[in-house]
Amino acid sequence: MIEHVLVGVALVAGLGGGYLLARSRLHLRHGRAEPVHRILLPFTGTEISTRAVDAALRLARAEDAELMPAYLAEVPMRLPLDCAIPKEARSAMAMLEAIEQRAAGQGVPVDARIERGRSYRHALARLLEAEDVDRVVVPAGDSDGSEGLAGEDLIWLLEKAPAEVVILRPAAEDRKLIRAVA
Amino acid sequence: MQQGRYKIFLGMAAGVGKTYRMLQEGQAEQAAGRDVAIGYLEPHKRQETIDQARGLEVVPRRRIAYREVAVEEMNLAAVIGRRPELALIDELAHSNPPGLEHGKRYEDIADVLAAGIDVFSTVNVQHLESLNDQVAELTGVRVRETVPDSILGTADEVVLIDLTPEALVARLQAGKIYPGETIDAALNNFFRIENLAALREVSLRQVAESVEAKRLTLEQVEPLGTREKVAAEVPKAVGERILALVRPQPSSQRLVRRAWRSAQRLGAELDLLWVKPPGEAIEGEVERQVTALRQLASVLGARLLVEEHDDLVAAVARVVRERGTTYIMVGESKPARGIARLRERLPQRLMQATPPGVDVRIVAHRSIAPEERR
Repeated sequence: MIEHVLVGVALVAGLGGGYLLARSRLHLRHGRAEPVHRILLPFTGTEISTRAVDAALRLARAEDAELMPAYLAEVPMRLPLDCAIPKEARSAMAMLEAIEQRAAGQGVPVDARIERGRSYRHALARLLEAEDVDRVVVPAGDSDGSEGLAGEDLIWLLEKAPAEVVILRPAAEDRKLIRAVA
Repeated sequence: MQQGRYKIFLGMAAGVGKTYRMLQEGQAEQAAGRDVAIGYLEPHKRQETIDQARGLEVVPRRRIAYREVAVEEMNLAAVIGRRPELALIDELAHSNPPGLEHGKRYEDIADVLAAGIDVFSTVNVQHLESLNDQVAELTGVRVRETVPDSILGTADEVVLIDLTPEALVARLQAGKIYPGETIDAALNNFFRIENLAALREVSLRQVAESVEAKRLTLEQVEPLGTREKVAAEVPKAVGERILALVRPQPSSQRLVRRAWRSAQRLGAELDLLWVKPPGEAIEGEVERQVTALRQLASVLGARLLVEEHDDLVAAVARVVRERGTTYIMVGESKPARGIARLRERLPQRLMQATPPGVDVRIVAHRSIAPEERR
C-alpha cells in the first residue's frame, strides 16, 4: 500500500515539475521574441572618435538597444562589388573588436557589420536597405570630407534614412580615437 | 628621412625583466660606439634596473599638471631635439595625460621613429588590444591601457622576455618586483602560478604568430583585392586550413574575427560552418544572421558552408575530411544542464571524430560583468 502511495506521489511531483519547467521555457521563448531595437553606428577609414562610440553606447544602454557598428568600405570600380577586401577588413576587424570590447564593458550587445559599396554613401544605402534600425548615430567628418561621411552624405542620410538620425557635431575631444593602425 | 628601427621587448607580466634587458642592450649599443639616450625610464624603484641604467644619458622629463597633481612624462620634443641614434623608451602602452602631443606613448614613439631615431621599447602582453579580453578572462584582471596589435607588426624586431612562472614568483618573493608590504597581495591575485602559466602561453603564441606574419610580409605588399596573387608568391610553412563552427547569432562574429586573424597569421584558408538542425527554417532573425555571416565571409574571402545534419560532430568530421581542415575553432559552450552533463564535451568529441593532427581551439565568449548584464 505504502509503495503505491509513494509511486503516486512521485508521479504527481514529476508531472507537476515537468509542467512548471515547460511553462518557464515557454515564457523564456516569448521573452526572446520581443522586438530588438538597433542603433546603427556607421564609420569609415581607420579611426573613430571614442566620443561617438560612447554616445552610441549611452543611447543603446538607455534604450535597451543593440548597437550595430558598421564599417563602410569603398570598392573600386575595377573590382566586383562582392570581392574580398582583406586590407580593409583588417582595419575593420581591429576597430570592431575595440568597439565590441568597449560595449561589453557597458553591457551593450553588439551585432557588427562590414558593408561594401562604390562609395561610402552607397555602402550605407545598402546597409540601410538590408537592416532594420531605429536610430543612426553618425559622427560628422572633417569639413573637407577627408575622413568620415561628408556633408552631402549627411544631408542624404537625413533625407533618406528610414530611421532617426543623430549627427554628432565635431568637438575637441574627438582627438581621442579608436584606431586601427594599418 | 629614413625611419628609425623599432625593437620591442615583450613580456608576460611585470617583473620578467623587459626594462632590464632593454637597458642591457642599450648599454651594449653604447659600448659599441652608438649614441644612446634614455627617452623615458620607469624603474619602479627596482635597484637592479636603476643600476643597469647607470652611464646612459637621460633626457629630462617634463612636469605636467594633471588633476592638480604634478606628473612627469616623456619630453617628446626634447628626445627628438637631442637626436640620439638610439632612444630607450619604456612602457609603450602608457596613456599620456591630456594636453600632450599624443594620447598614447606608442604614438610618441612613432614620431621619434619618423625622425630617424632607432627606438627600443617595452610592453606586456595583456596590453595588446585583441588579447586584453583573453587575458582578462584568464587572470580576472583587466588592464585599461591597451595598444593596437598592429604595433607589434610595425616593429622590426620583437624580443620575448621569457621566464618560468616559478622563477617570476621567486623574484617577487625576493622583493625584486614590488616592495615588501605588497608582495602577499600580488601573490594572491595576479601573480598566481596558473595565471602566469596562462600568460606565458599567450605571450609565446603571440610572438610565434608575429614571427609567422613577418615571414609572410603580407602587411607591406598587399594592395586591395590582390591578396591571392601575393599569397601565391609567398612560400607557406604549412598548408593550414581553419574551420570555424558558427551559428546564426551575433556572438559568432567574434569567433569569425578570431579565426580570420589566425588564418591571416598562418596564411591559412578559412571556412565557416553552420550545422543546421534538420527542419529548422531559415527565416526571420535566423535568416538575417545567416545573411550577415555570408556577407562577412565574402568580405574576408572565406567560405560559409551550411550543412543540414542532426549530428553536429558527424557533420563536422565529414567537412574536416572533405576540406582538409587542420584547425577547428569553436565557441565556448553553455554549461551543460540536466542529463547533458553526462555527455562528453564538444571539443573532446570533435577530437575523437576527426583525423589525428586536427587541432581544436575554444574561443571564449566575451564576458560582460554580471552587474552590467541586462
